[in-house]
Amino acid sequence: MTTKKDKIVEIEEAVVRFAGDSGDGMQLTGSLFSDSTAFAGNDFATFPDFPSEIRAPQGTVSGVSGFQIHFGHKDIHTTGDLADVLVAMNPASLKANLRWVKKDAIIIVNSEEFNEKNLEKAGWENNPLEDNTLVGHLLVEAPLNTLTKEAVKDLDLDNKSVLKSKNMFALGIIFYLFNRDYTKTFSFFENKFKKNPLVVEANKKVLEAGYNYAETLEVFKNTFRIQKAPLNKGRYRNVTGNLATAWGLLAASERSGHHIYLGSYPITPATDILQELSKHKQFACITQQAEDEIAGVVSTIGSSFAGAMAVTTTSGPGLSLKSEAIGLAVMTELPMVIVDVQRGGPSTGLPTKSEQSDLLQALFGRNGEAPCIVMAATGAADAFYSAYEAAKLAMEHMTPVILLTDGSIGNGSEVFKIPRVADLPEIHPPVAKPNDIDYKPYKRDPKTLARQWAIAGTPGLRHRLGGLEKEDITGNVSQDPLNHQKMVELRQAKVDRVADDIPELKIDGDTKGDLLVVGWGSTYGVLLTAVEEMREEGKSVSMVQFKHIMPLPKNTHEVFSGFKKIIVCENNMGQFANYLRMKHPEFKYEQFNKVQGLPFMVSELKTRFEALLNE
Amino acid sequence: MEQKIEPQEVQLTKQDFESDQMVKWCPGCGDHAILKSVENVFPVVGQKMGYKKEDFVVVSGIGCSSRFPYYMNTYGIHGIHGRAAALAMGIKLTNPKLSVWMISGDGDSMAIGGNHFIHIARRNPDINYLMFNNKIYGLTKGQYSPTTPKGQKTKTSPQGTFETPFNPGELVIGARGKFFARVVDTNPKLMQEVFLEAALHHGASIIEILQNCVIFNNKIHALITGRDTKYDNQLILEAGKPMLFGKNKEKGIILEGTRLKVVKLGENGITEKDILVHDPTTEDAGIHMMLASMAPPEFPAALGVIRSVKSETLEDAIWNSVEHEKQVSPYKNVDDLLNSGNTWEID
Repeated sequence: MTTKKDKIVEIEEAVVRFAGDSGDGMQLTGSLFSDSTAFAGNDFATFPDFPSEIRAPQGTVSGVSGFQIHFGHKDIHTTGDLADVLVAMNPASLKANLRWVKKDAIIIVNSEEFNEKNLEKAGWENNPLEDNTLVGHLLVEAPLNTLTKEAVKDLDLDNKSVLKSKNMFALGIIFYLFNRDYTKTFSFFENKFKKNPLVVEANKKVLEAGYNYAETLEVFKNTFRIQKAPLNKGRYRNVTGNLATAWGLLAASERSGHHIYLGSYPITPATDILQELSKHKQFACITQQAEDEIAGVVSTIGSSFAGAMAVTTTSGPGLSLKSEAIGLAVMTELPMVIVDVQRGGPSTGLPTKSEQSDLLQALFGRNGEAPCIVMAATGAADAFYSAYEAAKLAMEHMTPVILLTDGSIGNGSEVFKIPRVADLPEIHPPVAKPNDIDYKPYKRDPKTLARQWAIAGTPGLRHRLGGLEKEDITGNVSQDPLNHQKMVELRQAKVDRVADDIPELKIDGDTKGDLLVVGWGSTYGVLLTAVEEMREEGKSVSMVQFKHIMPLPKNTHEVFSGFKKIIVCENNMGQFANYLRMKHPEFKYEQFNKVQGLPFMVSELKTRFEALLNE
Repeated sequence: MEQKIEPQEVQLTKQDFESDQMVKWCPGCGDHAILKSVENVFPVVGQKMGYKKEDFVVVSGIGCSSRFPYYMNTYGIHGIHGRAAALAMGIKLTNPKLSVWMISGDGDSMAIGGNHFIHIARRNPDINYLMFNNKIYGLTKGQYSPTTPKGQKTKTSPQGTFETPFNPGELVIGARGKFFARVVDTNPKLMQEVFLEAALHHGASIIEILQNCVIFNNKIHALITGRDTKYDNQLILEAGKPMLFGKNKEKGIILEGTRLKVVKLGENGITEKDILVHDPTTEDAGIHMMLASMAPPEFPAALGVIRSVKSETLEDAIWNSVEHEKQVSPYKNVDDLLNSGNTWEID
């Protein structure tokens, strides 16, 4: 790289948003920038925002695919409210994303796409590059098609392939803007397009050309640098929540000594977990893409009976289909993990958007009294530990565990400090010993109330399980009224006692104050950022994020007692708030609910909290 | 890697598999005979294939037949309606060394579990699938099933059903299944022979058992099983033998053009040489499909093993892949995986 002419400005953090047609390669562009952000030593979080159609009508607003990254030299908890830099590959992506940028943002557009036809498709009455629409912004108009063609004119490439790489030109410009080293990205090209050296060469040339273009034409007044984040010593990587979930399950499998059986059916946004685990046969990770959601979960129950670490992965509509089978797992008291990567509902809803609206389904969506453990991951990196813990709790307590993540966690990415598997907590399932003459199918551990796991094929432990009610201890089929009541109570008590094995709530902020912000699952980062900012402003605000929902942490009452007001924030109509009203009716709960398929913004949270403090 | 189990000396008896639970099927139900046959055949299967008593797993869905696991002293799961095939698959894929037996009925397999039925046939895990076909819903007390003959009056078809029924054998073969057999609950000897064949067949073995529901559909198979009518209405197939039937084996099946035809030996110069010889092992399913479709009064119902074709099982394919990946994968443990690809160090 040549020496910079432009002045370098040190900044704390930045938000960059890449937007284009769903075929423009914006997700790849974003993830390459994320990788380079990782190498630059910044902390970051990403937010992909794309339509459910693979190639929605070209040039229309509904076909816009976006990728946002928030990075900085301090801890980054959110994917960012509004962007400092927007890359818009066509008029539609500018139209769709203009409301998500700051007033003085840098906007880089492919000026050649702003022709009459595209403007009309996107619904612009006038060309926004020519009227007052973008006043206040620093607009960079780059003729990306021509520039890309120019960059690879010496290569023997067809026009279509050439234009496919124009996203790399845009990435080159952004690399220059943030003083990034692009050589790491070169090695990505070499790997990804191994079989096609021409494509490797083209991508390299285009990326470099973008970088040089920004430098040579001095399109920016200055460039930016963000110092390394003060991360603890160790080895790091970038993970999406779905990848972290898959790996957390693999770690639990290795640690427990029970190989994974995953029975699953492809469904957005959970499919990545099935795809990832299907790569890892070397760990005897057996994955079966079932004929439907029901076969996925039911085969999982069979695998659990045969001693596997049983897993099924799905999203909301799939969880509905699995309900009856989860009831069977509750009845047979076999361990299994059900991962629900939530999306906007009801019905098919918003397949690629995030929501937290499956909570009540996870808690209560089964016939009969059918309690099971319900937990929620609080971020992409945390999904690793949540998946691990879900598997540990399932096996040690002999119960299905529903782990809720969501689209923002599953597809979002974060910096992940790589743990050593040996440092993770041990997993000790209550496996029954061969020929144990005292073995009874429904005899329970006095502390946890878990029954023993008598794995099919073990000598001397033949027994029958099933969906019919069973007699306490013996496990024989029983219709006895008092026995049924006893078994219903035992199954509930078994889940309730898990509270002894989960961590207590940790308060971010003081233990007493005017306002307690309560969240669960994926909203952790954005709530924390809002609360931290208000605390810096001297406000008496604290927060807790729930990761364990059934059962709730033991200190929930104690924590809630320290505050004058409690507000529950969630991406649904108040499901957790209502659950808290049921479990802890002694408190009054305010609600902040956002159901737009989008994460909370720090600004809207602060506005709401401040209003509440001033009431 | 075929999961081989060496035959070994295991002294199993029928009593090893008898449960202490009260059997609650109706008196006279065909299920009792099937249970006895299974109890009789397990020791033989154990002997021939080296399974110990703890290696047998019996799974079921919902319906009268699906109470079966509770009446056997083996590992067992009574599942949910229609999904036993998925349970069986999960068990077999997790531990291929188990002998997995699946019990289901016509409603459980053909209606609510139809999807799983065709997919298990196609995927070919080594399980033994006993499908009790009494052509009625018994446990819910007499509604029509997907195999109830068109026009039959039941509680939910007081004017007679309006639907064309499934023929399970056609469904298995149509789904590219490799093993299909048919037996009747009145012939324990044939049941035991065929159950053993099914166990020895390495792959999904689906057996239709024509079973009588004495309460809600009594004598539905009477033409095939009746003392006087059975000789003319059942053809017991044997591999390598001509397809002869009738009280004195005086009738047979020939192929005329592209269709099967019933002939009498001695009539029109027909001799035994003209009669079709049964070969269940041909990959081509043409004749097997026609045999499965035969039904009285025009034809006898084909009994015995109609189709038995060798093919790789699902679990062998998967576990072979596991062995292969263990050799070639760069990841020896999960730590290797976590540290793979783009990582960076903070000092």
